[in-house]
Amino acid sequence: MESNVTPMPIPGRPAAPDTGTLKGFLQFLWKELKPRGKVLTPFNIITGIIILGGIVIIGIRLAKGLGAVTNLSQAYPWGIWIGFDVVTGVAFAGGAYILTFAVHILKVKKYEPIVRATVLNGFLAYVFYSGALLLDLGRPWNVVNPIIGNAFGYGSVLFLVAWHFLLYTLCLFVEVSPAIAEWLKWVKARRIIEKMTTATIILGVTLSTLHQAGLGALFLTAPSKIHPLWYSSNIPVLFFISSMFAGFSLIIIESMFTHRIFSDRLDDAHRASHNKILLGLAKGSASVMAAYLFLKVIDLTHGHQLGLLFTPMGLWYLVEVAGFTLLPLVLYVVAIRRQSVRLVQITAFLTAFGVVLNRMNISVIAFKWYEAVRYYPSWMEIWVTLAVISMELWVFQWVINRMPILGAHPDFKMEENTLNNLNGAEVVRWKVSAS
Amino acid sequence: MGINRRNFLKVAGAAGGILLAGGARSAWTAQTPEGGVEFYGILIDTTKCIGCRACEEACNAQNSLPAPKVSFSSESVFEKRRDTTPEAYVVVNRLPNEKSPEKPIFVRKQCMHCTEPSCASACLCKAMEKMPEGPTVYHKDRCMGCRYCMVSCPFDIPKFEYDKASPFVKKCVGCPDRVAKGEQTACAEACPEGATLFGKRRDLIEEAKKRIYQNPDRYYPHIYGEHEVGGTGYMYLSAVPFEKVDFRTDLGTKHYPELTSGFLSSVPLVDILWPAVLFGFNYLISDKEEEGGKENHHGE
Repeated sequence: MESNVTPMPIPGRPAAPDTGTLKGFLQFLWKELKPRGKVLTPFNIITGIIILGGIVIIGIRLAKGLGAVTNLSQAYPWGIWIGFDVVTGVAFAGGAYILTFAVHILKVKKYEPIVRATVLNGFLAYVFYSGALLLDLGRPWNVVNPIIGNAFGYGSVLFLVAWHFLLYTLCLFVEVSPAIAEWLKWVKARRIIEKMTTATIILGVTLSTLHQAGLGALFLTAPSKIHPLWYSSNIPVLFFISSMFAGFSLIIIESMFTHRIFSDRLDDAHRASHNKILLGLAKGSASVMAAYLFLKVIDLTHGHQLGLLFTPMGLWYLVEVAGFTLLPLVLYVVAIRRQSVRLVQITAFLTAFGVVLNRMNISVIAFKWYEAVRYYPSWMEIWVTLAVISMELWVFQWVINRMPILGAHPDFKMEENTLNNLNGAEVVRWKVSAS
Repeated sequence: MGINRRNFLKVAGAAGGILLAGGARSAWTAQTPEGGVEFYGILIDTTKCIGCRACEEACNAQNSLPAPKVSFSSESVFEKRRDTTPEAYVVVNRLPNEKSPEKPIFVRKQCMHCTEPSCASACLCKAMEKMPEGPTVYHKDRCMGCRYCMVSCPFDIPKFEYDKASPFVKKCVGCPDRVAKGEQTACAEACPEGATLFGKRRDLIEEAKKRIYQNPDRYYPHIYGEHEVGGTGYMYLSAVPFEKVDFRTDLGTKHYPELTSGFLSSVPLVDILWPAVLFGFNYLISDKEEEGGKENHHGE
């Protein structure tokens, strides 16, 4: 019988093969893997050079050890590969859990158009940051130890973080997979995934809560090493709350770029509602930031640390908290009152920078602030960090250009409706393709 | 290869394990003095130490460490303040003595073998482990090199081999084989002055108190390690206040694992309650939609 999968027509390209068969699937994959459009764009050239250099540095690191490429020392066991790539990067992936929570659990339909891009961003962030984490591990081949159970360190925060990290990455994959199924036009798989959605999202939100908080809880074990202005028993809660506005700000920033670069992939619903969405995100962000600052003030006054504010580290603390959390909060409020999308976008950058500062302060800058010889990252550490980000952007770009991320493809919607009405026919097709 | 029953059970067990992780009391808690088994430890009397570095040499031999660049008999090493390294688990430093300047103070530095070690509670694959006899040992086959033990150790003792492609964490492991046999540690055995005294922790504290009571002029009245970070297996006596001889006196008396136990005990709670609450939300909101929003939904 005739296949029900009508290949999604891509303007200016021949029809795609039937992905219901193994041969067709491989053909399709091969075709899609090829670069599309102009290859030698300035962006591709620059990021390409960064990635190549990064691979060389990673080679040196694997052959000669961490000391050959990083400035890590016995006094500073964690540098920017942990402090920036993992601790900061994961905070910014927070947009995925907060948005899926709003759209699928609270059913706030307004944000539906941006869910997929945000979840994709979160998923790629987790995949690439866990990759970056492997580079930082001295013995990465033992990374499976706490997973396969030959030595469970139950009493360790890091054990908890590792497990939640792994499981949440799987959740994110399930959350991304509808787009993959649509891309492959696997209608039945798409429907099975749909049934898993609610449970996956609830699991994902739960895992994220503990995982974001857990990253902060890691630093609870270093009370004598982190500057008292930053050390607090509330670090887990602060990390959790700030991951929300980190996530919000990254969604706003990311949408600025995707709207400019991938404008041809946007569907009309997405375009029309976008300003409303941004203003909504700004509102959400502002209220969470207010709660965060409230906790910060409580920490400051209860810890009797007001005197420390007038030391050099205290001024640096004020730069972070007043300059890049309180000020953006005020600006968000102004932007909401004036309905200014432009100001929301500018403020998102300030907010994001504030979160970077906070994570870097706790993990690197205010960590052992008293040492005579301080850690600063080597150029190779920075280069590898840029390479990891570049690789993530490449994959992001590849996926956006192929899968229905920025808008559900109208053809797929139509096709799905037809198939829903032709249930019997579809079963036959799956039987056929399986044999 | 697919999922067979054994693998499935492993995974299921692991998943259950995470849920239990927060609630379970750590293994080493059971072995504190209250639990019955008593730890061995060391009492280091800095007023007796003459800086001969016999302990360093004995440690080097015991652990088959590489030969040092400067010989153990040379005093030139005292010119600079030294820290332990991946090749030297114990180092003796010479510090000025305010009480009697003509007699410098020698202080050795090594792992403190905490009663409830922060490194062991930090390690996610139990590479750092507190033995029932007292030593905090390192299982190198388990370690993944994350260096969280280094972040967590209040005394900055674990050291990492940054210059190796297959690096390990290195630190004094308290001669576990000797201690298990009832022998004293290599450094205690080598000490010619009795400045390093091996014994049961409780006996060592008694001995230290006796020395302080009997020689109030000789000692500063404090046993470093009796209460610091909840108690350590290796303890110190000094003639001068401890902050004057490079000890951190701001570490508090709390067991370090306690710092994260509150958070960890909230884990099962969140992992169970959060999904329940979220499912509840989800059902509540779906019901509302069915009543009022159905036509609206189709109209879109």
